[in-house]
Amino acid sequence: MSQLEVEDLEVYYETEEGPAQAVDGVSFELEEGENLGIVGESGCGKTTLAKAIIGILPDAGYINNGSINFKGDDLTEMSGPERRRLKWEEISMIAQSAMNSLDPVYTIREQIVEAIETHRPGTGRVESDEIVTEMFELVGLDPERADDYPHQFSGGMRQRAMIAMALALEPSLMLADEPTTALDVIMQDQILKRMGSIQEEINSSMLVITHDVSVVAETCDRVIVMYAGKIAEEGPVEEIFNRPYHPYTIGLKRAFPNIRKSSQDLLSIAGYPPELVDPPQGCRFAARCPMATDKCREEEPEAHYENGLRSYCHYADEIDTELRPYADDSDTWSQTAAATDGGVEE
Amino acid sequence: MSGKEALLEVDGLKKHFKVNQGWIASLMESFGSGEPDYVHAVDGVSFELREGETLGLAGESGCGKTTTGMSLVKLHEPTAGDIIYDDQRLSEATDAEIKKFRQNAQMIFQDPFESLNPRMTVYDTVAEPLRIHDIPNETARVQRALEFAELLPAEHYFDQYPHELSGGQRQRVAIARALVLDPDFIVADEPVSMLDVSLRAGVLSLLDRMTDEFGLSVVYISHDLSLLRHMCDRLAIMYMGKIVEKGPTDQIIENPQHPYTQALINAVPVPDPGVGRDRVELQGEVGDVIDIPTGCRFKNRCSEYIGDVCDQVVPPLEQKTEFEQDVACHLYESAAGYDPYEEMSGSPSAAETGDGAESTPADD
Repeated sequence: MSQLEVEDLEVYYETEEGPAQAVDGVSFELEEGENLGIVGESGCGKTTLAKAIIGILPDAGYINNGSINFKGDDLTEMSGPERRRLKWEEISMIAQSAMNSLDPVYTIREQIVEAIETHRPGTGRVESDEIVTEMFELVGLDPERADDYPHQFSGGMRQRAMIAMALALEPSLMLADEPTTALDVIMQDQILKRMGSIQEEINSSMLVITHDVSVVAETCDRVIVMYAGKIAEEGPVEEIFNRPYHPYTIGLKRAFPNIRKSSQDLLSIAGYPPELVDPPQGCRFAARCPMATDKCREEEPEAHYENGLRSYCHYADEIDTELRPYADDSDTWSQTAAATDGGVEE
Repeated sequence: MSGKEALLEVDGLKKHFKVNQGWIASLMESFGSGEPDYVHAVDGVSFELREGETLGLAGESGCGKTTTGMSLVKLHEPTAGDIIYDDQRLSEATDAEIKKFRQNAQMIFQDPFESLNPRMTVYDTVAEPLRIHDIPNETARVQRALEFAELLPAEHYFDQYPHELSGGQRQRVAIARALVLDPDFIVADEPVSMLDVSLRAGVLSLLDRMTDEFGLSVVYISHDLSLLRHMCDRLAIMYMGKIVEKGPTDQIIENPQHPYTQALINAVPVPDPGVGRDRVELQGEVGDVIDIPTGCRFKNRCSEYIGDVCDQVVPPLEQKTEFEQDVACHLYESAAGYDPYEEMSGSPSAAETGDGAESTPADD
């Protein structure tokens, strides 16, 4: 049994126009000690997915269908207190903006100690302080600064304090939502490196949510590419990067410049993701896909399994045999851009 | 790319900001206790922008790259140093000449949600610079600029307001506005960092077309070195208000020489799971630009620290004997025969303040 099993999950948001299907029928598994990346553009549902797992959906959001099994228990059927117990102790979250996640009126130490004492009643102050010191050292912060307030820390330090807090109870699953997006590259590199070594030490698994394909390439074992609330493709990181079957994955990968390459044709995916209140039938990527046919616009694609990849594209097998050079050519995509230019979003 | 002639020369540019204090502190100061503090945002930067080239200014937050960019288009008055445009020192230019300069120097900002006036239509936004500079043929020029920015058909956008547009479209309007005056150069400050990944390439190729089709020069400011490598002919790496390394892009990315540049480039993640990289763990964080340390600003974090010379002598950005790019580091031998050790033994007091002009006070 996997540590985390998400099955057919649907998370909707209540809007004036009707429910927006932010996450729509997503299934995946996460093994113990594994790093799974979730990539996609803004609005593809990746953050909503994380929030649903840890149980902090905003008021308008609700789980419409599906299950989230964590170590055999369905989180969607748990009571509030049960879920709160799991939070921090078993599942912790590193949010994108540490400034908003730390309470400005308490010192960092008070916040970490509070989490420890809530979840492990009976832990003495001395022991809690030891954990704080240990965690600070682990993330590369001076333990003496634990008595500072969040505003006394720089952005990078706050992010590290946030990670220290997320690690304090040695959770078995960490959800990292754009953990380093707000940071400079050098700080990002140091934090990712530390997260990796800490993770090895406490053998936790991690769900890394990011728009940055290169962060995923470096930190994850497996990747899920999401588009408009659905999984487009999922599989081992090497396969996703070297031989993806879904046109969206190909496009997304090619939209990122690589510092190691001197000349490269960047590719732009024309158009915008669809409205999630009334999503189009068929493949959700069809409107932006240079290879789309009538079948794509009418029928929803089934999963295509090959090489450890799960790809939701009608033409996955043809991409692998004939269409790949075409899909990999930036001209292919710019022609689609020219064709759809008249249909700009209003 | 067209010729190699310098369009613009930046000579020892400094921009210091006075630190805001409470009224008690300023009262005490007026009674004569102590000097006010200054943030040395840009502290002696020299480079040239050549015709038709794209020059990248890179560095971490707070290194002074944006302040440099804003000074280039006269959004900041320099504290010291000068900009030479068209053989004209801007510090000595008349008002009319400055106005002419402003017409030729345009800027694209990071956030298209904030840089466009929400109450102005696309047409008015793009036409406004023409009205300010009294340029005829308004409609035709606006139309051409929008078409260049690939907002087609242009008339369709004339009466739209920024809130009706997506981020990518807004940034295109900002580009059209910058181009409508037919400028000589554009400063683009993180023009795509707020855009979704799939839309970035489109805006970037627009910027590319500007240099290719109009021979425009671009100063591209970004922290994203992968992007800069893709966009720029030359790069200047900044650290704490100074340029530490400057030269052809490929040279700097593939063969960085300054220890800071090396750390910075090594820290960039690679979107290819098969590629490993050497990770250099850099100690500490970017220092304080209020109390500038003596000598090299990078010395406390530097893995190559070689002693007193780093502590006492500010390394000048200069051509070295071994490689093409200019580097500000004492590790390498100067091509011009400059010897930092002479400064140390010669006059210790001069060495203390670096190049002597370091402490010029600011007046704003």
